[in-house]
Amino acid sequence: MAIFQKVETRTAPSSTKGFSYWIKYNLFSTPLNAALTLLGIAILFWIIPPFIKWAYINADFQGSTREDCNSGGACWVFIRMKIDMFMYGFYPSVERWRVNTIYGLFFILMGSFKFLKSPWIKVILMHVYFIAGFILVRGDMFGLEYVPTDKWGGLMLTILVAAVGIVSAFPIGVILALGRQSNLPIIKSVSVTYIEFIRGVPLITILFMSSIILPLFFPEGVTFDKLLRALIGIAMFEAAYIAENIRGGLQSIPKGQYEAADAIGFSYWQKMFLIILPQALKVAIPNLVGVSIALFQDTTLVLIIGLFDLLAMVRLSAADSYWLGYETEGYVFVTFIFWIFCYSMSNFSQKLEKRFNTNLR
Amino acid sequence: MLITLLRNPKVRGFIFQFLTVIGLVAFLWYIGINTVANIEQRGIQTGFGFLNGTAGFGIDQSPISYSEEDTHGRVFLVGLLNTLIIAFVGIVFSTIVGVIIGILRLSKNWLIAKLARGYIDFFRNIPLLLQILFWYNVVLRAMPSPKQSYNFYDMFFINNRGLYFPLPAYNITFYTILGSLVVALLATIVLNAWANKRKETKGEDFIVIPWAIGMFIIFPFIAYFLGGSHLDFSYPELRGFNFKGGKTLSPEFLALAFALTIYTATFIAEAVRSGIEAVSHGQKEAAASMGMSNYQSLKLVILPQAIRISIPPIINQYLNLIKNSSLATAVGYPEIVTVFAGTSLNQVGQAIEIISMTMLVYLVISLVVSAVLNWFNHKMKIKER
Repeated sequence: MAIFQKVETRTAPSSTKGFSYWIKYNLFSTPLNAALTLLGIAILFWIIPPFIKWAYINADFQGSTREDCNSGGACWVFIRMKIDMFMYGFYPSVERWRVNTIYGLFFILMGSFKFLKSPWIKVILMHVYFIAGFILVRGDMFGLEYVPTDKWGGLMLTILVAAVGIVSAFPIGVILALGRQSNLPIIKSVSVTYIEFIRGVPLITILFMSSIILPLFFPEGVTFDKLLRALIGIAMFEAAYIAENIRGGLQSIPKGQYEAADAIGFSYWQKMFLIILPQALKVAIPNLVGVSIALFQDTTLVLIIGLFDLLAMVRLSAADSYWLGYETEGYVFVTFIFWIFCYSMSNFSQKLEKRFNTNLR
Repeated sequence: MLITLLRNPKVRGFIFQFLTVIGLVAFLWYIGINTVANIEQRGIQTGFGFLNGTAGFGIDQSPISYSEEDTHGRVFLVGLLNTLIIAFVGIVFSTIVGVIIGILRLSKNWLIAKLARGYIDFFRNIPLLLQILFWYNVVLRAMPSPKQSYNFYDMFFINNRGLYFPLPAYNITFYTILGSLVVALLATIVLNAWANKRKETKGEDFIVIPWAIGMFIIFPFIAYFLGGSHLDFSYPELRGFNFKGGKTLSPEFLALAFALTIYTATFIAEAVRSGIEAVSHGQKEAAASMGMSNYQSLKLVILPQAIRISIPPIINQYLNLIKNSSLATAVGYPEIVTVFAGTSLNQVGQAIEIISMTMLVYLVISLVVSAVLNWFNHKMKIKER
């Protein structure tokens, strides 16, 4: 028989709110956690203060010659003097307004997309933008001076390769994805072979192929310029990855959607372009942004086949005999640029994922 | 009649495929004719005879014996082996780092979770090639010359020629110790099987890990004495301008291994994290309500489900790592793209054969890995009744 026993009154719990509680609970809850926290603080102290000291406190910003870098920290003078090379490559300096105009037009285009409703006008505007951009950069028309592609370089080339790569790979990717889902055996096997082949080999071998073997495929006299060959390789490569991501979107569309389209007598293309793809692309967009990030990072590979993108420009400038020994600053600078681009794109894709997620359920 | 036939989906499908085949064949035919004409005109040789020709260039790191008199076929083999070596090293280390970072990312410790996230966000957003070049040009090549090497206990040396460390001589003691490790591994596997069986039949727990660790410590210890306790090390020593003896890891190898490990680890960490997060919260609560300890719920409920979700993306990352190892060509680590698709191609000029062979290597590796992945997915498939 149980006998009632009075339990001793417990002391009130220590404050479960406030700063000290937060620190105790989040950083020092167990001995292991406390040790980890101390280790983390040690790592931070080991990395951050020396970096700030090097990159800011002891750094040189002013001046224009090597002699101005004498405080022992980073020499940002080097970046300042070479920034035009990093941004435009060997593009003639009097013509650089043309590249800047394209950047400006891009923001105007993006801004106008907020107000335009019709997707068709958007698509047409995109195309107009790309054609106008190409004419502006290349010149040789409307009295603009001709700038051959071997003068293009720096960040401008990086952005160009990434943008042209994605835009031209996208339609091929859509077709390959549809081909892979098709129930026509030959179409399906051709698409599967292409996708699996490309995905199985590294980009660098495809770039070698497009830069060395591609000229052999066409008759004597047909010449491709180096940049075009690289772009062909990148578009071929990227199309396979885009196709796989779109296929993921296609697979997520319930069968009822296909059947409903069939029931109202839509043809295959009507069914795909009016019913299935608009939904599938929406599902696939976050992953497609992921592909774009990967492609943006992969553009650095063009330096291996002799194009001068941002990274190659920095390597070249660091090898300049006058500025010898400042490659660390150069690499830190490119890292910063690439990081900003990729990080903002990946944040964007996470936001898209959240936004689209609510619609799906 | 004709129009009704054209509206028949089967007929239409047939016509459409027929046209595709014709288009493809015509395209390949066109390319083929042009290629043959171009090759003849430029006087490029064809066929795989070049594989028996003398290479005539040196390779500074080779796992098998190689000299300038060896053939291009041998170069291919050296490149392939170096690719496999860097891939193996990269996979092992990126898995270790990735799993640790992925788990730390979910830590309840606020600072550690944020640091792990910072690591992932920082390194996955920097192009791999840039990371390789950074390690190579800024860190490793900026090391002091051999005379001023960083010295760790007179055994490890780091300088701008690479990392030097001692290597045991291959004598009887060394092989006994190696053998004892194999025995310990086999014993662990047998013990684990026995423990599982006992758990299933009698329901009794048997914790294998301390036993396994014990075996891995004690067995080599016994083997050391059994094998004559005579373990010779060859230490690196500075002779003249360079180090002799021991084993060297070149800066090219180190830069590639660091960059591949750090970059791929971020993706593996994300796969591990999303695998653990994908196990629904109810599972954890159910385990807790059955009175399982934290360790039991992790081992018996959470991890078996998390692994099933995490492994496929992790294996995909292994594939990416293998393909990314081809970036070695930017720093000159002699793997297949550098020596075979690079130096050999420059000498022989037979681009079609050489690039196809290189692509084939990666394709075969990809196919093997995908086969393993499919087998794994099949084995891990939830068997529902």
